[in-house]
Amino acid sequence: MSKILIDLKNINKAFDGQMVLDDLNLYIRENEFLTLLGPSGCGKTTTLRILGGFEMPDSGKVIFDGADITKLPPNKRQLNTVFQKYALFPHMTIAENIAFGLKIKNKSKSYIDDKIRYALKLVNLEGYEKRMPDSLSGGQQQRIAIARAIVNEPEVLLLDEPLGALDLKLRQDMQYELIRLKNELGITFIYVTHDQEEALTMSDTIVVMNQGYIQQIGTPEKIYNEPENAFVADFIGDSNIISSTMIEDKLVDILGTRFPCVDTGFGCNRPVDVVIRPEDVCLSAPDLGRINGVVTHLIFKGVHYEMEVSAAGYEWLVHSTSMFPVGTKVGINVDPFNIQIMNKPASEDEEAVGINE
Amino acid sequence: MNKKKLLGAPYFIWSALFILIPLGIVFYYGLTDESGTFTLKNIMAISSPGHAKSLWIALVLSFVSTLICLFLAYPLAMILYGGCRPSQTGFKSDKSGTDRKNIIVLIFILPMWMNFLLRTLAWQTLLEKTGVINNILAFLHLPALKIINTPYAIILGMVYNFLPFMVLPVYNSLIKIDPNVIHAARDLGANEFQVFTKITLPLTTPGIISGITMVFIPALTTFLISKLLGGGKILLIGNVIEEEFTQASNWHLGSGLSIVLMMFIIFNMVISAVFDKDGNGGAL
Repeated sequence: MSKILIDLKNINKAFDGQMVLDDLNLYIRENEFLTLLGPSGCGKTTTLRILGGFEMPDSGKVIFDGADITKLPPNKRQLNTVFQKYALFPHMTIAENIAFGLKIKNKSKSYIDDKIRYALKLVNLEGYEKRMPDSLSGGQQQRIAIARAIVNEPEVLLLDEPLGALDLKLRQDMQYELIRLKNELGITFIYVTHDQEEALTMSDTIVVMNQGYIQQIGTPEKIYNEPENAFVADFIGDSNIISSTMIEDKLVDILGTRFPCVDTGFGCNRPVDVVIRPEDVCLSAPDLGRINGVVTHLIFKGVHYEMEVSAAGYEWLVHSTSMFPVGTKVGINVDPFNIQIMNKPASEDEEAVGINE
Repeated sequence: MNKKKLLGAPYFIWSALFILIPLGIVFYYGLTDESGTFTLKNIMAISSPGHAKSLWIALVLSFVSTLICLFLAYPLAMILYGGCRPSQTGFKSDKSGTDRKNIIVLIFILPMWMNFLLRTLAWQTLLEKTGVINNILAFLHLPALKIINTPYAIILGMVYNFLPFMVLPVYNSLIKIDPNVIHAARDLGANEFQVFTKITLPLTTPGIISGITMVFIPALTTFLISKLLGGGKILLIGNVIEEEFTQASNWHLGSGLSIVLMMFIIFNMVISAVFDKDGNGGAL
């Protein structure tokens, strides 16, 4: 494991008496692609701004490479930010934009020219030196914003929803572009987004946040397959979250039917939440499954069909490549390892919300 | 299309009656003599020592006033901007900042509710030899202020009356700057001073130019401020033109000098148009 580069310790931040970050603790390793993921107002952008030096935490410390940088102004920090709306300097050419940080540092003209050429090549925009920012498309402007940041050779690049203003296709292209850039540059990326797909695609580590608290930290696979609470399960992709009872280790009662599962340690006859991903619900002929139900909705989604199945008083969301018309009687089955058991929400911020911006 | 043209008719009639025709009359008088024959002598009259001196004083005083306005207005606009800037995280506005800003704006706008003439007369009363200020100074055993009827009083009057016309365009160009552009500059290593010289100042140049135009032109053409605060001793070009119309009844000379003044104004406007190609600073 690479060493810890940034350590956020007991960060508190409130705006107008409203808590935005509540005792946040987070460390970031060198060369990591870490994503702060959550709905708007969850504190992810504030966390990034505290890292960049644009906000001061009310209490707590920001440790960078062993040194306390909590009170250091942005221009003295070893990190650069790529802003959501690009924030290019509108009165400067592309070359002048990229050269800005280097000129401030009094680098030589030949060094700056080399860097401009290198950066434009890196973001695939060679020959754009003389253009003005407003003559570029959104995607191009965003790539210039990235180029402008990386020529300064920061140890950490902070990205504040950089793809938020781009259309879907461009966003997907830019996701691969960012992964490539990160690998080529070998620096730490800290990325803020509310788009769970973006987070899953690019990150080494995802930090799911809600209402100022960190809900779960883990790899994309872990966050998706083993959400720790209903909020994480709900926010990362579609899911069936069903209130159930844990009968004993490896056996759970879902809607009156016993399902074998793989989780242990929840106690006996304890109320729990069960998460089943829609693609993990297997449909079969009636009576071949554990629960019988009727298909109530059917939508073709391209890769798969999305169905709703009414069974045992719950509307099950099902993704399947085989199609069952509305009205079909089906049996429902779930493999034991696809049943994820979670404790009931201990507080409001851990509850599932229907937000998916 | 025809309907739209019809809607514009009142304005066209208005501008024909009160702008184009009077302008035509000014040009007619300016370019003819008493007998109605064409002449340039009314225009060339500007080169006579008295007229040239008035024009020169007017240019100098309005230039100085404009400069003072700029140095007063820019920081003020920045204070106003700072007070209303949305909190950096986005939507929660800084309430105390907004309140402070409103008070500053109120203090600033309050005198503007009074008539221009009254305000200038008030300054006359304040600055007089036995006026309010000198009475207070005498009470405190301080030397009396002797600026009434000097160019300084005229500059004071100009700055006082025209300052808002500088603040507003500068403020307007300031609020158009994306706060993230400022943050980006800080992020890339610029300190506060570098941010100002490399980002804020260039981005507010259109506002500054537009403010300069809006202060310089009324200052150059004023005759009331110089009349009331200059005590009739200091003749600006505006006073000369006014006297030609009201006292000397020489409409021809008055119109000729007006045309010369108009050329200076057009020159100024051309310069601002060059600097402000996108019309960004067009504040009012």
